[in-house]
This record gives sequence, C-alpha cells and structure tokens, in this order.
Amino acid sequence: MFSIARSLWITFLHMFHKRDTVQYPEQKNKLTTRWRGRIVLTRDPDMGERCVGCYLCAAACPVDCISLQATEDEHGRRYPEFFRINFSRCIFCGYCEEACPTYAIQLIPDFEMSEYNRQNLVYEKDELLIDGPGKYPGYNFYKVAGVAIGGKGKGENENEMPPVDVKSLLP
Amino acid sequence: MDEAIVHRLWIIGGVLAGLLIVAPGLIWLERRMLALWQDRYGPNRAGPFGLLIVLADTLKLFFKEDWVPPFADRFVFVIAPAIVVVTVLLSFIVVPFAPGVIVSDLNVGILYFLAMSSLGAYSIILGGWASNNKYSLLGAMRGAAQMISYEVFMGLSMMGVVLISGSFSLHTIVEAQKGMWFVVPQFVGFVTFLIAGIAETHRLPFDIPESESELIAGFHSEYSSMKFGLFFVGEYLGIILISSLTVSLYFGGWLGPGFLPPLAWFCLKTFAFICFFILLRASLPRPRYDQLMEYGWKILLPVAILNLVVTAGVILFLK
Repeated sequence: MFSIARSLWITFLHMFHKRDTVQYPEQKNKLTTRWRGRIVLTRDPDMGERCVGCYLCAAACPVDCISLQATEDEHGRRYPEFFRINFSRCIFCGYCEEACPTYAIQLIPDFEMSEYNRQNLVYEKDELLIDGPGKYPGYNFYKVAGVAIGGKGKGENENEMPPVDVKSLLP
Repeated sequence: MDEAIVHRLWIIGGVLAGLLIVAPGLIWLERRMLALWQDRYGPNRAGPFGLLIVLADTLKLFFKEDWVPPFADRFVFVIAPAIVVVTVLLSFIVVPFAPGVIVSDLNVGILYFLAMSSLGAYSIILGGWASNNKYSLLGAMRGAAQMISYEVFMGLSMMGVVLISGSFSLHTIVEAQKGMWFVVPQFVGFVTFLIAGIAETHRLPFDIPESESELIAGFHSEYSSMKFGLFFVGEYLGIILISSLTVSLYFGGWLGPGFLPPLAWFCLKTFAFICFFILLRASLPRPRYDQLMEYGWKILLPVAILNLVVTAGVILFLK
C-alpha cells in the first residue's frame, strides 16, 4: 500500500521535471561528426575526383545498393563513369567508407533525405559528388600513390624515391 | 409545450451533449497528462495544444473498415459495444451536477447506478463471447469475474454514506454534506469505493479484461472502426461517471466556497478525479489476475463490511 502511494507521488512529481522530447523539425539534435548518414563522394584538394572506380565499396555493400562503372580519362586516371547509390536500400552501415582505399566515399551527419517518390532516392553521381575533401582535408590519392598517370611518372610523388631498376641489381 | 418539460429537455440535451463532447476530449487529456508525467509532450501538433487530434482520431475511426469477423455471432457482436455506452449514459441520469441540474432525482439513485453498472458488465461478456476468439473469451471471462466481484463491495462501501445521510438519492446525499464532506467520516468507504470504481471501469491498473500485453486487447480484439470507438467512449464515460459519483458521494458534489458557481465546483472536482485516474495509469503496473481476485475478496470485501458495521454501530450509539 505504501509503495503504491509512493509510486503515485513520484509519478506526480514528474509533472515538474523538464521534458526530454526534442521538438524535431524546429529543434534539432546535434549530430556527431562521426554520424553515419547520407553518403557523399569527395574530391581532392585540387578538385579532382577521389574515386578511382575500384568497386570495393560495391563489393563491401551488404545490401548491394551501390553500382558504378569505372573508366579512364586521357591521362590514364581512373574515375567512375557513373556512380549510383540507391538510398531506399542503403542501411547506412558505413562499410563502403571503410572499404574505400582513397577516402572518396564518406558518410556525413545528415539524415533528412525523405522523398515522396521512391525513384528520387536513387542518387546519381552529380548528386553524390561534393566540392570538398570531406573528413580528410589535404589527402590526395594520386600524390601519394605510386601510380603513373599523365603528367606524373613513377617516383615523382612526395616522400617517394625513383623506382629501383631491378635489372641493375642482378649479379 | 409546458415550461417544465422544456426545461427538463434542455437539461437532458445539455448533459448528453456535454458528456459526448468531453468523453472524446478525454482521449486528448489522457495522452497529454500521460506525456506530462512521462516527461514527454504528447499530441501537440494539430491545432492549439494538439486539441484537433480528437477530431482526427474520430474521423479516422469513422473511416476505418467496419469489419465483423465471419466466425462471430453477428447480432450480439454488433449490440455489445452499444450496451456499454447506453448503460453508462443512463447512469448519468442520477448524477446531480448542480442544484436543479439533474436529469431525474430518483429516490433510489444509488441502487439505480449499481443496476446500470452491473448491466455494463454484459457488454464485456457479450463482446468477448460473440467474437468467438479465445483471447476475447479469456478477456470476457476475466472481465465478468472482476466486475461482479468488485461490484459486491462497491455497493457495500457506498452504504456507509447512505446510512449517514439516510437516503439513496444523490441529491439528498450532496445536501447532507453541507456541514462536512463524507470523505472525513467515511474515508475507508471512499478508498474502497474508488478502488472498486477503477475495477468497474476496467481502467489501469485493473485493465485485466483487455490487458494488451497478454490478451492482445482482450474482449475487444476483434472490434474495429466505430464499434471499437464505442468501447473506447464507454470507457471514458465510465471514468467520468465514477469520478462524478465519487465527488457527489464523498466530496460534497457542487458544494464549495461561493466565488464559483456550483456547476463549476462540480466540474473542477470531477476533473481532479479524472486526472487521478490518469495518474494511476501512468504509475501503477497491472496486478496478476489471481492477485486481483484475492485483493477484492480477501481484503476489500472484509474492509467494506467492517466499515459498514462500524458506521452503523456509531450511528446507533449516537442516537
């Protein structure tokens, strides 16, 4: 009997507590920088596309929502011909971001992507690509990778030595 | 038409309209109050303070598919939800809202109320039976047992008040509380009556007939659309009924300091009890079925009888 009266009283006192509700559209929760939300494709500091079309994100995706086609430009630099993410399938697991060897694909703190038409949830490359480096400013894959592309041979990168002539090492 | 008859018709219409407006409004009130006690906001989008949620809910109920299951006993299935609303509305005949504002001052008011609330048990039993579904039947069985056993000492607990005031008429009972509210000499009777009242309206924590976590929705799990809505309205009307009866029996009905009209005092007190009903829902867990029965027969019934005997003895002694 006492415990019943006590729980009634405690519940009654909650009248004077602060409400926990966040009035969402007017009032927004602060999302952390590591929030896994909308997926974007980022660019180099020199505004070149970071994506090299390696298909690792598409392979890692557990729901197969990423599809792309790799191609090469005249400098021998790989890039995706099209890049398509179906957000009606995406589960925002972030595996694509972890799989990406060039930091191109990134999940950002934004989840407000509701659409009336389901087809609008299929994002094409021009909707995915942003004009910035995202979470990794200053990282430029082709500047640190030992790949030869047009205008830059092997061993001309930062912190890179010219390739060793393997044949000269022969006895 | 006769002046008196017109006056009577005005009262009847006013009471009916008032109740049928307030009962759905309680849906809003309950959700807001529950939210308040659970540190939330509740419905606050549609209209001022979310009041239009009542309209939205009602419209939604009207437009839902009104479906009678093929295995149900059709006639009984349809009639059951009407019974609860009709009996509760009929009970309001004897409730004195203010001096003169009473549909009919029956001299057997309390007995009439007990009869009507007993009839209300039929809606649960018939609804659960006609649904032809094991969960509904279990709910109906529990409901029948609960309502019958709690009615026993509900009547007994009110007899103390009847002994003191010497009348079954609610109007006379309220008049008799001019000196002192009956909650003081009849505190035990008040507590037992309130508990019995909660069980009678099968409100939480005594919502055993419909306990959604074990019986889905108990006796009304097969009901949809406005038939379900009628059960709902009946439940809320029941809350108003029990609250207003508690007020008239133990808290001096319309009596109060003169700066407010009598009707306002009555409504204010009733509102406080309605809020108490909601507070009960917000804070107490549902007892087990056998605990409920044990509580009713082994504790509350003896307490009610003891209260009656002591009250009678004291009155005899004072005479």
